[in-house]
Amino acid sequence: MSDVTKLIHEYLRHNKKFPHVFCAGCGHGIVLGSLVRSVHALQLQKDNVVIVAGIGCSGRMAAYVDFNTVHTAHGRALTFATGIKMANPELNVICVMGDGDALSIGGNHLIHAARRNIGVTALVLNNQIYGMTGGQCSPATPQGDMSMTSPFGSLEQPFDTVELAKAAGANFVARSTSFHANQLDKLMQQAIVHPGFSVLEALSPCPTQYGRKNKFRNVVDMYNWLKKNTVKVEKQKEGDTRIPTGVFQNLDRPGLEERYVELRQSLQAEE
Amino acid sequence: MAHRRRRKRKEIFAQGNEAVAQGALLAGCTFYAGYPITPSTEIMEIMAQRLPRTEDGVFLQMEDEIASMGAAIGASLTGRKAMTATSGPGFSLKQELIGYACMVEAPMVIVNVMRGGPSTGLPTSPAQGDVQMARWGTHGDHPIIVLSASTVPECLEMTVVAFNMAEKYRTPVILLIDEVTAHTREKISIPFEDELEVLSRMQPAVPPEWFKPYAEAARGVPAMAAIGQGYRCHVTGLTHDQMGYPTSRPDEVNEFMTRLFRKIDNYYHDVLIVDEYQLEDAEYAVVAYGCVARSAHHAVDQARARGHKVGLLTLKTLFPFARPAVEKLCMQCEHILVPEMNMGQISREVKRVNNGRTRIRTLNRVDGQIITPSEILKAIL
Ligand SMILES: Cc1ncc(C[n+]2csc(CCOP(=O)(O)OP(=O)(O)O)c2C)c(N)n1
Ligand code: SF4
Repeated sequence: MSDVTKLIHEYLRHNKKFPHVFCAGCGHGIVLGSLVRSVHALQLQKDNVVIVAGIGCSGRMAAYVDFNTVHTAHGRALTFATGIKMANPELNVICVMGDGDALSIGGNHLIHAARRNIGVTALVLNNQIYGMTGGQCSPATPQGDMSMTSPFGSLEQPFDTVELAKAAGANFVARSTSFHANQLDKLMQQAIVHPGFSVLEALSPCPTQYGRKNKFRNVVDMYNWLKKNTVKVEKQKEGDTRIPTGVFQNLDRPGLEERYVELRQSLQAEE
Repeated sequence: MAHRRRRKRKEIFAQGNEAVAQGALLAGCTFYAGYPITPSTEIMEIMAQRLPRTEDGVFLQMEDEIASMGAAIGASLTGRKAMTATSGPGFSLKQELIGYACMVEAPMVIVNVMRGGPSTGLPTSPAQGDVQMARWGTHGDHPIIVLSASTVPECLEMTVVAFNMAEKYRTPVILLIDEVTAHTREKISIPFEDELEVLSRMQPAVPPEWFKPYAEAARGVPAMAAIGQGYRCHVTGLTHDQMGYPTSRPDEVNEFMTRLFRKIDNYYHDVLIVDEYQLEDAEYAVVAYGCVARSAHHAVDQARARGHKVGLLTLKTLFPFARPAVEKLCMQCEHILVPEMNMGQISREVKRVNNGRTRIRTLNRVDGQIITPSEILKAIL
């Protein structure tokens, strides 16, 4: 058996009716692959891995993997994840969200999860559009870009997930893309093991909704765009306007759940 | 034979909100997530004090009421007994996820201390305006259990009942109290642990390979595996099949939806709790709940003292609606009075059950003042 087949056998659900929902060329499947490889490389117990997903194409990936999986409500994945981690700090809790999920309807939860430094890994699959609902503008849609709800080009300035997460105080903040699978794997593993709140943004093409509306001729064009328009942050020079990838924040504060256990122990020692 | 010494229960002078917190802890609540709002805040403050002092208690102040619901459901999925408490505006925000809890059958308790509304309304005044919202607030057809309490001891008692029903029927349970009951101070006696019936959810009896998380089961309530127990289930707000995976097959959807209703509808004898006072020979009945039931109790005593055959039905379960008890009164009594602090949210249920049999009268107040015994007495006589 090849390594890939082994991973498929071990980590995908056999009782789930495939095929999956992702379109051909969708970047989300690549991020899912990276997630599975990372869990495997880190040798995490499947029983202790919890995937908490929002609503969107990205959120659908929860159903396919053989972990504890919770497909929540649009924007609310981090709130469920917070409850799960606080209730059982032994679990490895990984949140999967789209850009609409994490930055729009769930934007408040994202900054508060960062502020409270809950020991959860947040994967933001940024395709710069609402995929599932048919290609509407998202808070990550670049200014001037087309969508069903910005038919004349978006007038609004997008959020930068990395800068937002850094400013809100996330312990670990990184960015990669579906094109850079090796880098994505490495950062994914770092994000999962890092204590406290980690945010990993994966730029992930949506050829069906974003690509077609924004003059990408085909799927390959979209991956080439990621290749040409990103640069490792360590190599980025002054004036280079490409999107930086890599690690942007690496703090060492203990997660809220660890501090809470300490509080509980100290209160009990008092009594 | 040695005479067993009667144990003396601890007695405290407490508010309704404190009694709710006490009840939750006695029922085994180990997880609270909330957001401050008058007049429910004391519940949260007490949980903040108490939970970190328990062995595995978790208290969280979340960024809003939606997040509080999400965190509580997450905790419930890990096997915890979880609670959140709020008032009007916060209760509105919780609605989407109340439906999620119904859909995934996550046991939990949501307390709503009713204040005047709509909107910010009357933050420090009592009302009963959220009764129908508690029943129908979330979108989609769904069953739900809504309980109420009219005295401070009842706040404790009904919170324990709420947790027990949540676990037994795998459903969110809403406890509706009002500002008056929440802030009134009364003596309550704290039951000993062995005096209380405390229920927990059914655990899987088969190994993970055989487990179907949403299978047909006795009573229509499937066993529930906690996250981390080795069962690795899928939980989704999409309509799901017995394995928990999304489905839109009409037969599977129908099976799921009918089970969801059946698991509660078939157990009315257990779920419907009412108090009957002076009803045996009553010709005139009052149907009330919450702080108004208390006024009604006094009014009934006064009416009886004057020789009128008046009785009181106090609804402790608001939904499912106590059809059998109300139907009996509709056949027995010439008049039924439904006093409530809204424009008629329970009286419409009474009228529906009555179906034209007897005269139903309403007494409504929406000015932030409680309905007094003399107002009820005046309406009766
Ligand atoms: C409260 C609520 N509002 C709106 C929706 C509709 N909705 C479903 S997915 C989605 C956006 C999906 O976009 P994104 O989060 O970026 O994920 P993607 O599909 O692109 O992976 C929306 C608006 C919903 N399910 N719930
Ligand atoms: S619509 Fe876009 S995001 Fe959704 S599966 Fe298709 S390509 Fe992926």
